[in-house]
Amino acid sequence: MPLNIRTYHELTEADQSGLPEQIGAQRRRVADRLATVRRVVAVLSGKGGVGKSFVTAGVARALARTGRAVGVLDADFNGPTAPQLLDLPVARCTVRDNAIEPVVSSEGIRCFSMAMLLEEGQPLAFRGPEAEGHVWRGTLEAAALREFLADVAWGSLDELLVDLPPGVQRFTELIELLPVSPAVLAVTIPTPESRDAVRRALRAAVERGAHVLGVVENMVGGGFSGTAGDELAAEFGIPVLARIPWHPAPDTWDELVRNMGGAS
Amino acid sequence: MKFLCVECDRQMRFEERQLPGDGTLAAAFKCPACGRVVALLTNPMETQLVASLGVKIGGRTIDEQPLETVRSNVASGREDAFTDDAKRESGSAPAWSAEAQERLARVPGFVRGMVKRIYADYAKQRGIAEITPAVMDTARTDLGLEGM
Ligand SMILES: Nc1ncnc2c1ncn2[C@@H]1O[C@H](COP(=O)(O)OP(=O)(O)O)[C@@H](O)[C@H]1O
Ligand SMILES: [Mg+2]
Repeated sequence: MPLNIRTYHELTEADQSGLPEQIGAQRRRVADRLATVRRVVAVLSGKGGVGKSFVTAGVARALARTGRAVGVLDADFNGPTAPQLLDLPVARCTVRDNAIEPVVSSEGIRCFSMAMLLEEGQPLAFRGPEAEGHVWRGTLEAAALREFLADVAWGSLDELLVDLPPGVQRFTELIELLPVSPAVLAVTIPTPESRDAVRRALRAAVERGAHVLGVVENMVGGGFSGTAGDELAAEFGIPVLARIPWHPAPDTWDELVRNMGGAS
Repeated sequence: MKFLCVECDRQMRFEERQLPGDGTLAAAFKCPACGRVVALLTNPMETQLVASLGVKIGGRTIDEQPLETVRSNVASGREDAFTDDAKRESGSAPAWSAEAQERLARVPGFVRGMVKRIYADYAKQRGIAEITPAVMDTARTDLGLEGM
C-alpha cells in the first residue's frame, strides 16, 4: 500500500519557511530603492574589452556636466573597473540607515563596485566548500546584483548606469530584478566578431522587452576594421548614437548623452 | 517547504534551526498531534546554496541587513571595507562581555560590523542587557547565521 501523502497546497497551515515570501520581500526592496531613480540604463555588449566600462564612465561624466544626478552600478563583479575609471578614492563604505552609502566622485557621480569591497588585487572569492563552488557562484553573483540595487543609498537619480560584464547572464538577472525594464546602450567595436557577440546580447535584450536606445561604436579609426555599428543599427532598427575614437574629447560624450535622450 | 507527519496526517510545525557543525544546517519540525520531531539536515553544499539565495529555512526572525548575502559569503573582502555609522550604536545599546568581545574580534573584519549589529539587535529585541558567548550561541542558532 502506498503511503497517503497529500500535496503541498492541501496542507493548509502556513509555510513557516515562506521562501517565496522571502524572495518577494527581496524584490520589493529593489523596487522601493529604485522608486526614486528615473531611468536605469544597462550598458551591454556580448564581448569583453570593447569599452563598456570606458563608455559608462564617459557617459556618466557627461551626464554630470549637464547637472543630472547620475549613479554607476558596477555589475562586473569579477573585473570591476568603475572606481578607477571615475577616479574614486579607496574609501570605507559607510553603513547608515540600513543602507550603504555610495562613493561619490568629485563630479558628483555616485558609484558602487565590488572593487570597493575586495582586498587590493584579490579576485572575488566566495566562502563554502570549494569543490562545488560552481553550484552557487552564479546564485551568489545574482544576489550581489540584487543587493547592489536594493541596499545602496542611491537616492534620487536621473540616470543609474549599470556597467555589465561580458555576456548576457548578468543582464538577464538585471531585467528579472527590475520593476521596469531598463533602457539599453549597446557598445561594440567595428569588427565582425564584436558585431556577432553584440547581436546575440541585443537579441536577448529585445526578447525580454528592453528598450534599446542605440549602439555606440567604440575604438573607431584605430586599427579595427568593420562596420558593426551600422550593421547592428540597421538590423535592430536603432540609431548609432556615437562613434567614439581613441581618447575622445569631452564633446564626443556630450553629443552621445544628447542622443540618448532621457530626463533633463 | 512543509513537513507532513504521514502517520497522523498532520502538518508539522517548525521548531528550531541549528548549526551542529560540519557545514550542516538542521531544521527541526514537530508533529502537533503525536509530538514526533524530525530534523532536515542539509550537507555543506546545500547549506551554501540556501545561503546564497539570501533566504532562511524556517523563516526570518530579524530584518535583512544591507548587503547581507555579499557580506556573509565573500571570502576575499577587505578587512576595513565597512564602517558603521556610530550614531546608531549610542543609546540603549547592550553591553558586551569581555569574552563576547574577544569572540567578536575573531570574526573577519569584512562581516564584523554586520554580525555585531545583528547580535545587538537580537539582544535589544529580547531585552538582554549583556551579550555573552552564550547569548551569541543562541542568537547564532536562532538567526541561522551560518558560519559566524
Ligand atoms: N575609446 C577609447 N580610447 C582609449 N582607451 C579606451 C577606449 N575604449 C576603451 N579603452 C580602454 O580599453 C580597455 C578596455 O575597455 P573597458 O572599458 O575596460 O572594456 P569592457 O568594459 O568592455 O571590458 C580599458 O583600458 C579602457 O580604458
Ligand atoms: Mg568592463
